[in-house]
Amino acid sequence: AACERPYSSRGKEKLDMSTYPVESIRNFSIIAHVDHGKSTLADRLLEITGTISKTDRNKQVLDKLQVERERGITVKAQSASLFYKHEGINYLLNLIDTPGHVDFSYEVSRSLSACQGVILVVDANEGIQAQTVANFYLAFEAQLSIIPVINKIDLKNADPERVEKQIEKLFDIPTNECIRISAKQGTNVEKVLQKVIEKIPPPQCNTADPLKALVFDSTFDHYRGVIANIALFGGEIAKGQKIVSAHTKKRYEVNEVGILTPNEQPTHKLYAGQVGYLIAGMKEVTEAQIGDTLFLYKQPVEPLPGFKSAKPMVFAGMYPVDQTEYNNLKSALERLTLNDSSVTVHRDSSLALGAGWRLGFLGLLHMEVFNQRLEQEYNMSVILTAPTVPYKAVLSSAKLIKEYGKDQITIINPAQFPDKLSVSEYLEPTVLGTIVTPHEYIGKIITLCQDRRAVQKDMLYIDENRVMLKYLFPLNEIVVDFYDALKSLSSGYASFDYEDAGYQSADLVKMDILLNGNPVEELATIIHKEKAHAAGKLLCERLKETIPRQLFEIAIQAAIGKKIIARETLKAYRKNVVAKCYGGDITRRMKLLKRQAEGKRLMRKIGNVEVPRDAFIRVLKRETDK
Amino acid sequence: PTLCLQWPYCSKRCSYCNFNTYVVPAVDEAALRACLVREAQTLLHLSQVHSITSVFFGGGTPSLASPSTIAAVLEAVAGAAHLPAGAEVTLEANPSSTSTSRLSGFRAAGVNRLSIGVQSLDDAELRMLGREHTAAEAQKAVEVARGLFPGRTSIDLLFGLPGQSRDAWAQGLEAALRLCDDHISLYQLTLERGTALAAQVRRGTLPAPSQDLLADMYQTARTVLMAAGFRHYEVSNFARKGALSTHNLSYWRADQYIGVGPGAHGRFVLPGEGGCREARVQTLEPVTWMWEVQNQGHGTRSRVVLSLQEQLEELLTLGLRTDEGITHERWGHFSPELSLQAIFGEPGEARALQQEGWLVLDSGGLRCTWAGLAVLDSLLPDLLCQLQRV
Repeated sequence: AACERPYSSRGKEKLDMSTYPVESIRNFSIIAHVDHGKSTLADRLLEITGTISKTDRNKQVLDKLQVERERGITVKAQSASLFYKHEGINYLLNLIDTPGHVDFSYEVSRSLSACQGVILVVDANEGIQAQTVANFYLAFEAQLSIIPVINKIDLKNADPERVEKQIEKLFDIPTNECIRISAKQGTNVEKVLQKVIEKIPPPQCNTADPLKALVFDSTFDHYRGVIANIALFGGEIAKGQKIVSAHTKKRYEVNEVGILTPNEQPTHKLYAGQVGYLIAGMKEVTEAQIGDTLFLYKQPVEPLPGFKSAKPMVFAGMYPVDQTEYNNLKSALERLTLNDSSVTVHRDSSLALGAGWRLGFLGLLHMEVFNQRLEQEYNMSVILTAPTVPYKAVLSSAKLIKEYGKDQITIINPAQFPDKLSVSEYLEPTVLGTIVTPHEYIGKIITLCQDRRAVQKDMLYIDENRVMLKYLFPLNEIVVDFYDALKSLSSGYASFDYEDAGYQSADLVKMDILLNGNPVEELATIIHKEKAHAAGKLLCERLKETIPRQLFEIAIQAAIGKKIIARETLKAYRKNVVAKCYGGDITRRMKLLKRQAEGKRLMRKIGNVEVPRDAFIRVLKRETDK
Repeated sequence: PTLCLQWPYCSKRCSYCNFNTYVVPAVDEAALRACLVREAQTLLHLSQVHSITSVFFGGGTPSLASPSTIAAVLEAVAGAAHLPAGAEVTLEANPSSTSTSRLSGFRAAGVNRLSIGVQSLDDAELRMLGREHTAAEAQKAVEVARGLFPGRTSIDLLFGLPGQSRDAWAQGLEAALRLCDDHISLYQLTLERGTALAAQVRRGTLPAPSQDLLADMYQTARTVLMAAGFRHYEVSNFARKGALSTHNLSYWRADQYIGVGPGAHGRFVLPGEGGCREARVQTLEPVTWMWEVQNQGHGTRSRVVLSLQEQLEELLTLGLRTDEGITHERWGHFSPELSLQAIFGEPGEARALQQEGWLVLDSGGLRCTWAGLAVLDSLLPDLLCQLQRV
C-alpha cells in the first residue's frame, strides 16, 4: 500500500519520529555487483513508497554527483528513509545505498554495520559475479538477513532459474527464497518491500540506553558545514545536545538532526534504530570519519567496532600545468577533499614540474573519478604522474636510518627510492584477488595472472560452468590495466575483486626514462626487476607515439642506473608543410596553427625536446582508454 | 586587389575532393551568371576598389560554364572597376571540358591563362582519384591549351597517392615535363576527412603512404623541376621563364581579394568602417546563395574583422611559403612601427631557427631556406609564439 504519512513532508516543519517504535523500523542496504541494478531498484523503491513522485526522469536518484550520473556508478553512499504501510502498520524503512566498486569496500562494510539486512541483487543473465560474492560475505560476516533478488528478468537472455541454483550452491540460500524482479519495469518490486518487512528483523536497540551513533558517511555543505550520515544504535539525539567523537575526542553541539527522503528533512529527534543525518558545527569531513562513533558528552560508550582510517592503495603525483596555477589547484584540492576524507594528501615537489602533491586513492577508479571531478566541478586540468603503490624498504645504512628516524620507510615518490646498497630488503604491497569466470577462459586467465607475478591460492567450481580463482597479486601488477586485460580476454565475462593482503619481499629497481639523454622525472617508476625491460620498452614505444616529431631526431630510452634497457627513435621531420594555401584554406590554416602555437606554450621542454603536457597522461593511461 | 569567382558545380566528385562543389543534374546557368554578375558588382562597389590586378575562375569546374557566362562576368567587372588589358585572367579547367572550340571561346571571352587539372598521367592512378578523364585526354587538353595560351598554361599534379612508388612518381614527373608548359602546381595528396579516398585508406583497402616516402617524392620533384629550369617560387608552385601566377602571389603577399560565388573567400578593407580588413565568406550552398544575391545584392555569410595581430599572423604564415618570403617593405605596409628585425631579430625562436639553418633574416626580408620550406609548418608555431609576445 502506498504511504500514509501523518504529517506534511516538505518544508521547514519538523517531523516527529517518535511515532515509529523500534519494531516498525527496518534498516537495510542493497548490495550487488557493478551494474546489476542496485540504483535502479533504489529508484523504484523510492517511487513505490511515494518518497519521490513516479516520473520517467527517475534514474539513479540517489547518485547526486555529476560524475556518478555520467559513469553510471555510485561513488558516495546515500541513505533514504521510506515510509510504507503494510497490513495496517506504518513502517519506517531506511535504505542505505552503497558504492558498488571494489575500491570502496570499506564504505560498504560501514554502511552494512548500520543495517540488519540486505537485498542482494543479482543480474538474471550475468549471474553471480566477483562482487556479488565479496558483498555477500561482508553481509554474511555481519550476520545480516539476506534477501536474494534476481533482477533484469525482462531481458531476453535472462535465466533466473540458473541464477537461483548458483545462489543456492554458493550461498546456501534455498531457491524459493529468491524474488524475481525487473527493477526497470517495476515488476515484483513491491514484493521485495514486503519481504524486507517480513524477513529483516527490526534493530535490537533501546532508546533508554545512552546515545551511540555510527557515522557511515559525511558530506560538506558550504553553508551548513559537515553533514554526517548517522545510524543510532542506542539512545536518542536532538538539537542542543552535546556530543563527542570517539575518534577525535572533539566535542560538538548538535544544530540539527533529520532524515533523508532523500533530501534533508529536519526532525525533532532521532531515536535508537533510526537512520538520518546530523549537523553539529563540524568544519571538516575529517571530523566525521566513516566508522566513527558519537556519544553524549560525559556519557562515553564502547565505540562501535570496525573503524579504521582510509587506507590508500594507489598514489599519483598531481601538479598544476603551470606553476602560476598552483594556488588555484591548491584551493580546488582543498574543496574537493572536503567531501572525500579517503583521499590522502601530501605536499610534494619535482624538479621538472615544480610544487605539487602526492595523493593517495582507494583505487584507480577513485583516482579517475577524483580527476574527473577536478575538471568538471573546478575546471582544473592537471598533470598526473605515474600511479604508484606504497613500497617499503628496510634500511641497512646507518646514515639513512638516522635521517629518517626509523629503519623501515615507505616510498611513495620514485625520487625517494633508496639505493640497493643502503637497503637490506625491499617490500611491495600485495592483495588477494578473486576472479569469477566462465571455465573456457581459465587457461588465458591463469596465464595472465602468472604474467603478473601472482600466486594461486585457490580454485573452485561454483557451478557447471563457472570457476572462482583466488590469487595473491603484487598490488602494482593490477593497479594499471589488469582489470581491462582480464575483461578483454574473457570477452567481459570474468569479474574481479580484491582485498589488502600485506607486504612481501620484492626485487625492486628504479627505472628512468630519458629523452636525448635527459631524464623525464615524471615518468620515473619503481618496478620489479623482472618487469623492467618489458615496461621500459612499452613506455618508450608509447612515448614515441605521443611525442610529436621535431626537426631533429629524438632518442627515447629506458634506463636502470646507467644501464639502458630499452630504446626507440623518433625520426626528424623531413617534410611538414601543407600543400595548398589559397583563399579558402587560409582561415582554417590559421586556426590550426594558432592552436599549435598555443600548445607550444603549454609544452614541457626536456632538454631541447618539446613534450605536450598530456603526453605523460596518455603514455601512462591504460590501453583501452586511448 | 584581385577577384576570385567560384563556379560551384562539377559533373562528378573526385574521390579525394572536399571542396564546396555540387553535382546536380541540371544547372540554371542563366540564373547563376546573373548572380555572379550581380554579386561582383555589389562587392566591387562596396569595397570601392578602383582597379583589379587579376581575376581567377575557380570552383568546382569553371570550364563547365559556357564562355558567354565568363564573358558576361568579365564585362561586369570591367564595368564596375578598372580591369587593365594585361591583367591575368585565369580559368581552371578539367581535361574533359577543354575542346578547342570551348577553349577558344574562353579566350575570346577574355581568359588569358589556363590551369588544367591533370593530377596524374597514369590511367590507374586517375581511376583511383575518381577523375573523369584518361592520361591521353589530359595530354590532348594540355596540347590544345598550349596552342591557345602559349606560355600561360599551368598543370596541376598530385603526388603521394596511396600505393604510389618512388619510381612511379619519377616516371610521372618525366611524363609531365615532356608535355607541360611553363607552370606546374604540384600538390601532395591530403587525405581529407569525409572523402571516399580517405575512407578507403582508413579502412585499409588502400595503403597510406609513409612520411619518409612523401618527403622523398617532394625532394625528387623539387630537384627534377629545378634542373629543368623551373623556379620553386612557392611550396607547391613552380614556374620557368617568368610564368609565375600573379593571382596566387597576391594571396601569399596578403593582398586584398574579393571572393564572389558560393563559398568564396575574400579579404578586403571596407572603407568607411574604420578601414578594417575583413575576412569574408560567401554562403556555401548555391541555391541559398543565389536567393541572397537576388534579394540583397550579395550573399555574404560571414564577415570577421581581422585585428592587426591577425593580419600579421596571416602575412607571416603565407609569406613564408614563397621563396621570396616577406620583404621589409611588405611587412612595413602592415606594421610600420614594428619591423621584422625588431620582432624576429632579437634573441628568440627566429634566431634559433636561423642558427639551425631553417630561416634567413637579412636585408631582403624574412624567408625560409631551401630546407626550411619543406618543414615550414614546424617553424610557424614557434614564430607565431614570438609574434604574440610583442
